[in-house]
Amino acid sequence: MDILITGLLLGGTYALIAMGLNLQYGVARIMNLANGELLVAGGFGAFFFYTSGQVSPFLTIFLVAPAAFGVSWVIYRIMLRPLVNRAKSRGQLETDSILATFGLSFVGVGLMLAAFGGDYFNYSYLARPITLAGDTFALNRVASFLAAVVICGLLYLWLNRTRAGLSIRAIAVSPDSARLVGIDVPRMAAIAFALGGAVTAVGGALISTYLTLDASAGVIFTLKALIIVIMGGVGDVRGTIVAALFLGVVETLVASLIDPGLTLAAAYALFILVLLFRPQGLFGKTPT
Amino acid sequence: MSSVEIRNLILTAIALGVCILLPMADSGYWLSIGLSIAMFTVLATSWALFSGPTHYISLATAAFFGVGTYTTGLGFETLPFWSLVALAGMFGALMAALVGLATLRLSGVYFVIFTLGLAELVRQVITWAQNQSGQKGLYVLTDITEAMIYWMLIALAAAVYLTGWLIGRSRLGFALRIIGDDETVAAHSGINTARAKVLLFMVPGAVAAMTGAILAPRYVYIEPSLAFTPMLSFQVVIMALLGGTGRLWGPLAGVVPFTLLWESISSNFPNQTTLLLGLSFLLIVYALPRGFVGLLDRLRQRVTGGVS
Repeated sequence: MDILITGLLLGGTYALIAMGLNLQYGVARIMNLANGELLVAGGFGAFFFYTSGQVSPFLTIFLVAPAAFGVSWVIYRIMLRPLVNRAKSRGQLETDSILATFGLSFVGVGLMLAAFGGDYFNYSYLARPITLAGDTFALNRVASFLAAVVICGLLYLWLNRTRAGLSIRAIAVSPDSARLVGIDVPRMAAIAFALGGAVTAVGGALISTYLTLDASAGVIFTLKALIIVIMGGVGDVRGTIVAALFLGVVETLVASLIDPGLTLAAAYALFILVLLFRPQGLFGKTPT
Repeated sequence: MSSVEIRNLILTAIALGVCILLPMADSGYWLSIGLSIAMFTVLATSWALFSGPTHYISLATAAFFGVGTYTTGLGFETLPFWSLVALAGMFGALMAALVGLATLRLSGVYFVIFTLGLAELVRQVITWAQNQSGQKGLYVLTDITEAMIYWMLIALAAAVYLTGWLIGRSRLGFALRIIGDDETVAAHSGINTARAKVLLFMVPGAVAAMTGAILAPRYVYIEPSLAFTPMLSFQVVIMALLGGTGRLWGPLAGVVPFTLLWESISSNFPNQTTLLLGLSFLLIVYALPRGFVGLLDRLRQRVTGGVS
């Protein structure tokens, strides 16, 4: 029971990060491998404001989110849009965007190393115990989970209840047809990409309240987010949330029952099973 | 064989012969640079054999390399060295086949993601196994000198070039060129695309593992974080793409300048190597999509008046 709740709490934040990646891949069709670096940057932001001005990380996110939105928007317009325009096929865009975002990811790590050094950073915020269902948990984990739930909920409502959300979902299904019904695809794709970046950076700020990060930690989170997105199905919000919670529980199980050094191996075992048996995602339809 | 092919074969043989002489001239700094160049030539050329025609970006080099290193590390006391290299090649090919069977039926993204984490996965498992058995690293103490390692790598490079040339002439190579152009067309003309890709992916897998096995004596002490360094996979990708994957000798054109640049950056500004990797990726995507070879072809076309 203890393991189950810890896993679910971890999975909540994973869900947020994976939602960010899913918006970028599902709508803007960019497999953004620099996603983890944005997450670490968000964590750095929270760390900086907390240690220098005692600003709560839950307030910092209101600063981190617009900043990450802006940065991602500029990156999409300047660097990634030309690739979309030049690509002759979906496969070529994938190869190009993978290489370009790898480049961005390394540049990001390099810049963060230059700016903050290679040390691990963490801070103590809300590190008080709280009792849930008979077991004790750290308050910062619970608070981060609740914040992630609120943000995921807002995102879900926005995607399903507003006109802009409808356009975004239309592009995810078919970019070419979306253009025919009068949706400004380049603009909406840029917004989706930027929003994905903002959500990921907020996830980073939340996760930094209870995990230790360093400049090169990003790639592990990128990998986990990618595995969640594939497991849940590209462009599927419900699937992403379920897959993230599932991964959180499995990881916590392996870490507490076998060895904490094997969490990525656990994620990979899940990944292989999904690839072999349900490559279209947990709730995806079988392609015809 | 046509006369052009015979000419190329003779030129390659002369070039290899010159390379063999390097340890006679210098046994310090330049030999170690030559060794790095030989190692990356082997890795990048074999990488390009698979990724050039198929456009699948493999980041598994470090995983295969590490498996090879550990094969030597665990077996050098009981088995002769040459058999370890062969064994490592078989392990690498087997692992590549398993990875290929799981991912190559699907789109390219799945393959990239899977290979990206593969080295880390194997590293975690080996670290865990070592913790269980209580040992930390492995000492590889042999009487194999740096010059001998260098010669073995040159021999391996010759084998890789020969394999690449043979594949280019075979039915498999023809099938792969069609897959690279259009996979649907390939499938419709009766090519078993998954089988062809898996078979070809076994080549870089085996070669990278053999390279790791050959290089293990140089490290003397091996541990998981050294043998499975993810940086290796990225260096190989950059070098191969920088040179260009369209020709067999293309990667070499990227290996030589990049190795020299890497050596000078990492000895003068050791903290900026990640930045260098990132900028190189961006350079390739935005300025040199087909590498130095593509640039050369374009220049040649301009000189001859645009007739291709």
